[in-house]
This record gives sequence, C-alpha cells and structure tokens, in this order.
Amino acid sequence: MTAPAEGIAALPVVRKQRNPVLQSEAARGLGLISPTFIYAVIFLVIPIVLVIANSFWTQNYLTIDRTFTLENYRIALTDPIYRDLLMRSLWISLLVSFFTVVLAYPIAFFISFHGGKHKGLWLFLITIPFWTSYLLRVMSWKVILGYNGVLNATLMGLGITNGPSDAFLYNTSAVVITLTHAWATFAVLPIFVSLEKIDRSLVEAATDLGDGPLRRFLRITLPLSAPGIISATLIVMIPTVGDFVTPRLVGGKDGVMIANAIQAQFGKAANWPLGAALSVTTMAVVTAMAASVVLVIRMAARRIR
Amino acid sequence: MKTLRNFAPSWLKTYAFLYVIFLYLPVIFLPIFSVNTSATPKFPLSGFTFKWYGDLTRTPALTDAAWNSLLVGVSASLLSTIFGICAARAITRYRFPGRRTINGLLMAPLVLPEIIVAVSMLLVMLQLGLSLSLITVVFGHVLICIPYSLSVLTSGFEGFDRSLEEASSDLGESAFGTFRRVTLPMVSPAIISSLLVSFTISLDEFIMAFFLTGTEATLPVYIWGQLRFAAKLPGVLALGTLLLAGSIVLLTIAEIVRRRASNRTQNMGGIIA
Repeated sequence: MTAPAEGIAALPVVRKQRNPVLQSEAARGLGLISPTFIYAVIFLVIPIVLVIANSFWTQNYLTIDRTFTLENYRIALTDPIYRDLLMRSLWISLLVSFFTVVLAYPIAFFISFHGGKHKGLWLFLITIPFWTSYLLRVMSWKVILGYNGVLNATLMGLGITNGPSDAFLYNTSAVVITLTHAWATFAVLPIFVSLEKIDRSLVEAATDLGDGPLRRFLRITLPLSAPGIISATLIVMIPTVGDFVTPRLVGGKDGVMIANAIQAQFGKAANWPLGAALSVTTMAVVTAMAASVVLVIRMAARRIR
Repeated sequence: MKTLRNFAPSWLKTYAFLYVIFLYLPVIFLPIFSVNTSATPKFPLSGFTFKWYGDLTRTPALTDAAWNSLLVGVSASLLSTIFGICAARAITRYRFPGRRTINGLLMAPLVLPEIIVAVSMLLVMLQLGLSLSLITVVFGHVLICIPYSLSVLTSGFEGFDRSLEEASSDLGESAFGTFRRVTLPMVSPAIISSLLVSFTISLDEFIMAFFLTGTEATLPVYIWGQLRFAAKLPGVLALGTLLLAGSIVLLTIAEIVRRRASNRTQNMGGIIA
C-alpha cells in the first residue's frame, strides 16, 4: 500500500536528477540487458530469419540451392495433404482455445471474487499439474481413453456400455480433450489477473443501481475482463497449432496435425526448405486467425458496454 | 463488500472442485498404475508391486538419461537465471530505449509454437556445422527458460525499496558492494525460485531436447523412445511417477520461497503472471 505513495513522492526528485544522467542511465540499462538480448538474437531472431530464408531455397539431396523460389510455398499452400493438415490444425487449435477459455473463466472468476484468503493456494493448486511433464500428461490421457482404459472400465462398471469401445482414442476429439487439459492453467492465469484488476466499486455501483447478478456480470465484469480473455486465447491458440506430441500419441490417423508434417520434413523426409515453408505458413496463418479472434472479442466487449 | 464476498453460488464452488479434479485426474493414474502388477494399465487393479521401480535401476540407458537430464537441467537453470538476473535488473532499475521491445522479445518463446523455435534452432546448428549434443540442448532450454526466470525475477526485483540501495551507496559502498550486500540478500528468494523453476522446465522439456540432441537422450527423450513398446509401459509409468514427485517437490519449495519474499513486498500473480 505504501509503494504508490512513495513513488509519487520520489518522482520530482528523480526527475531533477535524471536529465544530466539520462544518457548514462540508458547506457547502463542497455549494457546490463545486452547479454540476454544478444543471446535471444543469436538463438531466436537469427534462427527465425534463417528459417524464412530457407523457405525460399530448394534442397538437392544434401546441398541447398540458394536461388530464390516460391515453389515451397506453392506446395505448402496447394498440396491437398498440407492444406488439409493446416486446416485441421487451425480447427483443432480454435476448438481447444474456445474450450480452455470457457472452462477456465468460471474458475478464474471464482478465485478472484470468492477466493478470499485462499487465493494463493487455489492458484498454486491449479499451476501444479501444468508443471508436470507434458509428455506424461499426454500419456495419462492415452491410459484413460484407451480400449482397455479407465473410461471404458468405468462405463462398463456402471453398466452404461456392454463392451469396451475404441471410439475414445485415436481421433480428433482425443486430441482436443488432451490439449484442453494441457493448456488449462495458461488460460486461468491471464483471466484471473484481468479480473483482479477490475475495480470492485464498479460492481457495487451496478448492484446499488439495481442490476441483478447476471446483468451485473454481463455488463461490468465480462467486458472489463476482455483483455484477460484475449491474452488467454492467444497464449493457448498459437502454441497449440504447433503441437506434435499429442497428435502422435492420441491422435491416430484423423488427429495428425501440421506439426507432424513439419517434423517429418526435418527428420525422415529431410526437406528443410519445405519444412521451413510449412513453418512460416503455419505461423502466418495462425497469427491471422488469432488476430481476427481478438478483433471479434474486442467488438463483442464494446457492443455489450 | 460483505454481500459480494458471501455471494459464492454453490454451483460455482462445485464447478471449482470439479475443475480441480479434471486437472488432477489424469496425473493421478500414473502412480496408481505404476504399482500395479499387470503390465497393461487397466482396471481392476491386479495387485501391488514395486518391481517396475526395481527394474528402473537395472536399466543402464535410463541411468545415463537421468544423468544427462541432471547435467542439462543444472546448466540450463544456472544460465537462464544469470541471463534473467541481468535482464530483470535492467528492466526494473533503468529506463532505456527499447525496453519494452526487448522484454517482448525475451518473453516471445512462451507464445511461439515450440516446434518452430526448435526447428529454427536446429537449422542454425546444422548450417553452422555444430554437431548436436547435450550442449545444443542446453542452448535450447536456456532460451525457453528465460521467460520464466525473467518473470519470477522481475516480480522479485520490483518489490524492493530502492532507497535502501541509495542509502548504501550514500554510505560509501561501491556499486558492486551495494549489489552484493544489499540487493542480493533481498532478491535471493526470487533467484532460488528462478533456479528451481527453470530446472523443472528443463527436466520435463521434450520437444527442444528431441530436436536438438545428438545420440545422448534426456529423460523425456528416453521416455518417448520407450513409448513405442507396450511392454515397457509400466517402467515408463514408474519413471513418470518419480519425475512427477520430483517436479512437485521442487515447485513447492520454489513457491514457498517465492511467497515468503512476496509477503514482504505484496506481489500478486504467482509464477507465471
């Protein structure tokens, strides 16, 4: 509570001092951050630039031909295999982000508005499963959904089905369930943070002016938490499109995604330029999709208000 | 305020409990089936045994992988914490042009599809002619650990009172002396927390390790190789249970350390925010 007050009190003093030392402060800051920055440039920026460059080249067995060509993009965009994989990946990541956000919202709401003293404990409870190995979580879903799996055993035990069903594993819905579970935490936290920022007196004002719980929620809380919904959607949607473990383990034939094709191009198929073009296309398309979803959410939030 | 507090509809509470069950349910089956005598994970359980755990210690490939994971994890967590300290300190202490952009760049691996980050690093390594080894895995892990280290450290560094540092330098401490004797003790919880969190990430990380390793496997890469054989599943479940237990212990320590520090400074938001 004292921090903002101190900040205000300290501000004029700092202002006075800063002008002469502005130069050196900037230099110090940049100097201090430069090792980390250079690391990120070497291992993130340059690699991505190189991938983009590669996507315009061609590969002849082991040598790379560096003449500019759009052939890889032609294949990536028109070959029915890749087009289908890309469309399916986009559809899956759209579904997954929808379900994670819709399922996460009430829990974030509960923690923020009714968590009381135990807010920290609830958050910790929700983050723990996320930190366990992703590979293991996918594997546990395989154990649950499989032919001899937990779900089949439960259904038979309850007398709902007579024999085990193979309908649960190796399809798109298995991929969607597994990914929805895997990304749950990533959706709860941003929504929680944006709910925490809502000025509670606005909610009280709505109550005083006669709004019921539902109207109050729809007109005050939901629109004001739109930033959290947006970042949750982004943080789930973009990485999900590039997942290849889940489709490989629980997806079967119908669940293969674009990342499996990318992985094949960098592995067995060994066509780096095509793999690079597929990566760039995926990134571009998923960014476009994410941007339009963000736009839709923003418009909806404005409309309600 | 009181009316709001108490207005927790019972369906919301029920939902919260169901949600937590949904989160934990899949994870719980790993330990359950790892002590089951049957080689296939199915109900009803056939009997209790520790033999799958016993088999683990007699698998040389596994002990090698565990050792590799330990090496990679320790190096990656040290490096990413050092990089994180530099960046978090610069971001919280100084104002400089491009501060937000650089911060955004450092956080980017968090929102990029991991396969694309991994594949681009692989391309660079191969075109530079670097041979793939545990060192290239460390490079990859440091990159994806930096966002976590940075957010833990930034919230730790933001909390403390700058006037203490000013007092120290007014009293004649050098810049380094101030850092060592005033700043460091105050931020050490954040540093420990960052070390533990990045070690856990590295320990469990699969995609980067899968693409960037040569012949030496880390634990997740080893597990991936074993998943093809149905007969090896109980062993994998046992190993998974051990990894799970290790991760939870490390994270609980990290959380306790972090919370002790943030109780002083009243930071909210947990490990990620």
